[in-house]
Amino acid sequence: MLQIDLWKRVLIWALCAAGLFMALPNAFYSRVEGVNDARAAIELQGATAELTDQAAGWPSFLPASLVNLGLDLRGGAHLLAEVRVDEVYEARITALWPEVRDTLRPLRSEVGTIRRQNAPADELHVKIGNPAGMQAAMAAVRALAQPVVSLTAAGEQDLTVRGQDDVLIVSLSDAEKLATDERTVQQSLEIIRRRIDEVGTREPTIQRQGSDRILIQVPGLGSAQELKDIIGTTAQLTFQPVISRTTDGSTDAGIGEEVLPSLDESGVFYVLEENPVVTGEELTDAQPSFDQNGRPAVNFRFNPSGARKFGDYTAENIGNPFAIVLDDEVISAPVIQSHIPGGSGIITGNFTVEESTNLAVLLRAGALPAGLDFLEERTIGPELGADSIEAGKIATIVAFAAVLVFMALSYGLFGIFANVALILNIALIFGLLSLIGATLTLPGIAGIVLTVGMAVDANVLIFERIREELKTARGPARAIELGYEKALSAIVDANITTFITAVILFAVGSGPVRGFSITLGLGILTSVFTAIFVTRLIIVMWFERRRPKTIEV
Amino acid sequence: MRLKLVPQETNWDFFSRPKLWLGISVVLIVLAFVSFGLRGLNYGIDFRGGTTIRTESAQPVDVGAYRDALTPLELGDVVISEVFDPTFDADQNVAMVRIQAQEGQESVTAEVVAQVEAALQSVASDIRFVSVESVGPKVSGELIQTAAIAVVLAIAAVLVYIWLRFEWQFALGAVAALVHDVILTIGVFSELQIKFDLAIIAALLTIVGYSLNDTVVVFDRVRENLMKFKKRPLREVLNLSINETLSRTFMTSLTTLLALIALFVLGGDVIRGFVFAMIWGVVVGTYSSIFVASTVLLMLGVKRDWSKSQDTTGNQFGNVDA
Repeated sequence: MLQIDLWKRVLIWALCAAGLFMALPNAFYSRVEGVNDARAAIELQGATAELTDQAAGWPSFLPASLVNLGLDLRGGAHLLAEVRVDEVYEARITALWPEVRDTLRPLRSEVGTIRRQNAPADELHVKIGNPAGMQAAMAAVRALAQPVVSLTAAGEQDLTVRGQDDVLIVSLSDAEKLATDERTVQQSLEIIRRRIDEVGTREPTIQRQGSDRILIQVPGLGSAQELKDIIGTTAQLTFQPVISRTTDGSTDAGIGEEVLPSLDESGVFYVLEENPVVTGEELTDAQPSFDQNGRPAVNFRFNPSGARKFGDYTAENIGNPFAIVLDDEVISAPVIQSHIPGGSGIITGNFTVEESTNLAVLLRAGALPAGLDFLEERTIGPELGADSIEAGKIATIVAFAAVLVFMALSYGLFGIFANVALILNIALIFGLLSLIGATLTLPGIAGIVLTVGMAVDANVLIFERIREELKTARGPARAIELGYEKALSAIVDANITTFITAVILFAVGSGPVRGFSITLGLGILTSVFTAIFVTRLIIVMWFERRRPKTIEV
Repeated sequence: MRLKLVPQETNWDFFSRPKLWLGISVVLIVLAFVSFGLRGLNYGIDFRGGTTIRTESAQPVDVGAYRDALTPLELGDVVISEVFDPTFDADQNVAMVRIQAQEGQESVTAEVVAQVEAALQSVASDIRFVSVESVGPKVSGELIQTAAIAVVLAIAAVLVYIWLRFEWQFALGAVAALVHDVILTIGVFSELQIKFDLAIIAALLTIVGYSLNDTVVVFDRVRENLMKFKKRPLREVLNLSINETLSRTFMTSLTTLLALIALFVLGGDVIRGFVFAMIWGVVVGTYSSIFVASTVLLMLGVKRDWSKSQDTTGNQFGNVDA
């Protein structure tokens, strides 16, 4: 009758033991955390006596993965940034103009004069003198298009060219825009990750969200502003030809030109060609250094293609000034003294040592391909997190104790069996959370507390059923068996429906809500497991040993 | 001696006044709508955008002085409230400052936050800013949309599941109870003006899950009894089923409430609104699974010939309990 195969018994206990084993490090949270930090440090910078001592604080044969604490429990900074993907279209279009110009020049006899016109940022409008030559002009410009580099848009071209009266309109094709967005966001993600890693904080979360958003969470950081400074909203370095220098900020810039202020001379503006000669993307290295006058400066070196462009440009423009532009401010505009062939140079300005060091870091990490808009920012102080953990701990313990006492009072011995399962249940939740590296948030703690309350439900269903069956069934063994059998469908239906809501919460929720859905979902799994298998096994083992003639539930 | 919440055998008639119970629910729902229409929800920044700053100081909070310090900054709608909580230390005085989303900005800029912090510092020198959260209007609009989608999706998924496992009448009964619970919860939040933020949506969905849990257990017994007592009137079968599961319903609700009340009292003010929603949901959910879901089922009627349907139609997903 009440029989459970040996292998099942072994498996059930093994699973429980594994859960307890995985959950164990969480009972010694700060100690294991310190050990993990020390181990990571040893891996990174080699062992010192102090670190080795610290790393020995937790036996290496024990698991050391912990439940991550969410920002609301640990304190830190949270940012949701949107990448301005449109900016890249603009840069592409701007870069296209010289190419289009050079393509059309040889056809001048056919198309007449060519002039760039004002246009929306993501389109290039070229007015041609002779509208009859439009077909030829379009054909020539179309030849500039290249296949889109992406898996989903095979065979499509990156440019669309159309004519409108005497205006030739070039824009990026939709497939190219999609592919560009993808690249821009990936690149931004990578650069942000590198910059944050360079600061070296523990367990930052840097995730893509949706098509053009990036979620950044860094525990232990003082404020969201600090995080923004590290990411360096836009560190765009360009080298642009200088057309003129002026003190009038409202000077009209011609087409393909822009007016930018000087960084350290107030009231001075430069009119520059919009199209950069070289950009920061082609830098391979940047180091803080000092110029010949002993002032802080930054040394940089270009990659081969950047070096060639820079070399060619300096060779052709000796005696002309060119501007070093960082984030739309002219750092300096030296006059080119000679051909610079090696592809390396120095940026001087009124820097402090700290500024030049920061600038070098920013340049080395690479410029963000596009600007970021911050849609959401949160800073949670560590003390608030500590208070929340403390309150959550006490609440969980009290909730736990109340439920344990209540169950024992209501169901006697069987209640105690259910309590053993409940304790195992909590251990299993923590074990699973550590195993999958999930993050525990404050609502997540609420999820655990709710699980404590609801986990007994499956047992209650079974026990109530056993009580009912005792009235009619032949003997206690049969009643227990029937109780389990008949309660099962209610347990399964009730928990699947709750599980559905947990899954939906996980899918659409973010941050704390997601943390809640994880503990709720795991809690459902473990509570069904403990009710159906663990308490049953305990009851069967007790029954086999005692063989009671009557039982009271 | 065992603790018994309800007598071993109950034979209460839950359908003697069906109109009364449904009437109470309808009146409550109407009240919820009226409250929602008149007062509206007290949306947190998750849903309306803006910034909240949580301050802590050893000096007592002087809301008037805080307000005077912030008025010259011209930030529009600024709400300052002191937070009280039994878990605070004696010299822990906490206030929340909420600033509306500023015109034309996706997120409150660092300058605004710095200005506010400086202004408050001039009033209370030892003030600390333990959390600063800003949400731009763009995201808040989306958040409210996804939240609504989540709730609708959850209810729809449940409708389909119960339909597959039971019959459409059961599904409608269960969903009527869910909608009832969600509306009443929103009504309570608008009436008491408790902050309604993203976490409350999680609570709403949990209420959906919990209420359903209860309803499904009753329905499961109804299905079993319908097969057992083929000739008894539906009303009697429903009543019997509710009475049989009553002890379990009370046990589970009580253990859940015990745990939640512990969290409500001791869990700190940050999640109090969230826990309140769940406590309310457990109470309403327990009520609705008996008085709304079953009453609707009684009114809709249900197909009686279960023995045939079991092996011929695909309404039941295999027999899980086999």
